Amino acid sequence: MLPAEAKEFTGFKARELPEGEYLVPGHRACQGCGAALAIRMVTKALGNRIIIANATGCIEIISSAFPQTAWAVPWIHVAFENAAAVASGIEAALKVLMRKGKIKKEKITVLAVAGDGGTADIGLQALSGALERGHDFIYICLDNEAYMNTGIQRSSSTPYGARTTTSPPGKKGIGQVTWKKNVAMIAAAHSIPYVATVCPTYYLDLMNKVKKASLITGPAYIHCLSPCPTGWRYGTNLTIKIGRLAVETGVFPLYEIVDGRVKITHPIRRLKPVKDYLQLQGRFRHLGDEHIHEIQERVNKEVAKLIALEKFGSFYKTALSYF
Amino acid sequence: MVKIDAIMGWKKLNLGAAITEPGSASLFKTGSWRTQRPILDKEACIRCGRCWIYCPEAAYSPNGDGYFICNLDYCKGCGICAEECPVGAITMVLEEI
Ligand SMILES: Cc1ncc(C[n+]2csc(CCOP(=O)(O)OP(=O)(O)O)c2C)c(N)n1
Ligand code: SF4
Ligand code: SF4
Ligand code: SF4
Ligand SMILES: [Mg+2]
Repeated sequence: MLPAEAKEFTGFKARELPEGEYLVPGHRACQGCGAALAIRMVTKALGNRIIIANATGCIEIISSAFPQTAWAVPWIHVAFENAAAVASGIEAALKVLMRKGKIKKEKITVLAVAGDGGTADIGLQALSGALERGHDFIYICLDNEAYMNTGIQRSSSTPYGARTTTSPPGKKGIGQVTWKKNVAMIAAAHSIPYVATVCPTYYLDLMNKVKKASLITGPAYIHCLSPCPTGWRYGTNLTIKIGRLAVETGVFPLYEIVDGRVKITHPIRRLKPVKDYLQLQGRFRHLGDEHIHEIQERVNKEVAKLIALEKFGSFYKTALSYF
Repeated sequence: MVKIDAIMGWKKLNLGAAITEPGSASLFKTGSWRTQRPILDKEACIRCGRCWIYCPEAAYSPNGDGYFICNLDYCKGCGICAEECPVGAITMVLEEI
């Protein structure tokens, strides 16, 4: 159930966005980094009453060159696999400290941040545990579709056909041979109150979803497509455009799932060909027409599935009624 | 102030190597990474704020009159602001050495 506060929230206005910056200039992200931009928007939406648990990965590294920090909010660097577990602990500790009167009672948002490696691969069981226990926190996956911080190794979130250093195309392969794992739907399968996909190109959509996630009690999972010029091999000025094309081609549809009800938040009925998205990126440059066709077919199916889910209504309740 | 050139002995570290000065990374001026700089044509600008919200460095800030001014101490020259400005009010020009 949505609390009244969440229902009252009518969204940020493009001309009255919060001015606060909580990931300050001076951070060491590459030029044009989509992940740094996304987390800047996320913290802008949440304000400064937050605590962040950040798994190792690009955003952790670029923000914490010792003895400096780019964070203007409480932040803890945690291991590669346990952002969700540490966030659980922080949330539980805050609850106890407030109950015992050791700290002031107030709303403090606990935010877990991890990359796609830290989420889809090594952090998946910590994430599942935290979602299942029902902690009141937000988990955001900054998905740049590979292990970027350690030099572009493939993850289970790397898309089919992409070149990475551990999925090189050549005589025997086309690059990544597996299809991208759908972590947002895995999170939704826990019947948590809020799941959403976002991309920094659609900044109002991103900030509104993040804010909504903070107003809802219980776990929220947000999957953020974070274009990465360094790993995806495109010009640093194209980060926003690539994100736009990912959404407009249906490669990365934007939606939210509130209490099991799927709502597509950016229209996907008339899509651009996936080629428009793929051809701008060096990581797909080796793909021939037949592979592009294969990807197009897959995207069509996934989009059709999502549209069907939206029509179907709340799939949590239906799923539960089977038991 | 945390100096970047200071080599710190372990005795000086906080418990858990905690950093207690928020946002101290701003002492590090990333502007030196830049090969191109954004130039704003104020006449053309419609003050939509897209350059500001899309800058990964948060290099722009509102100047009070509705315009957004780039802080070249931090701008890395990625070119996103110029690419995304809806009226082409920003041009990237090569830095002179
Ligand atoms: C248990 C463990 N294995 C490996 C590493 C090394 N490591 C640090 S970050 C990273 C990759 C991070 O990838 P991802 O989570 O996708 O974040 P990104 O850097 O792409 O933002 C790896 C392999 C580690 N820190 N801990
Ligand atoms: S490698 Fe990619 S995600 Fe990592 S800092 Fe650079 S641009 Fe950002
Ligand atoms: S994006 Fe362009 S029009 Fe909009 S505020 Fe910036 S310079 Fe002005
Ligand atoms: S060029 Fe890039 S870093 Fe510089 S102000 Fe524009 S968006 Fe920001
Ligand atoms: Mg990654």
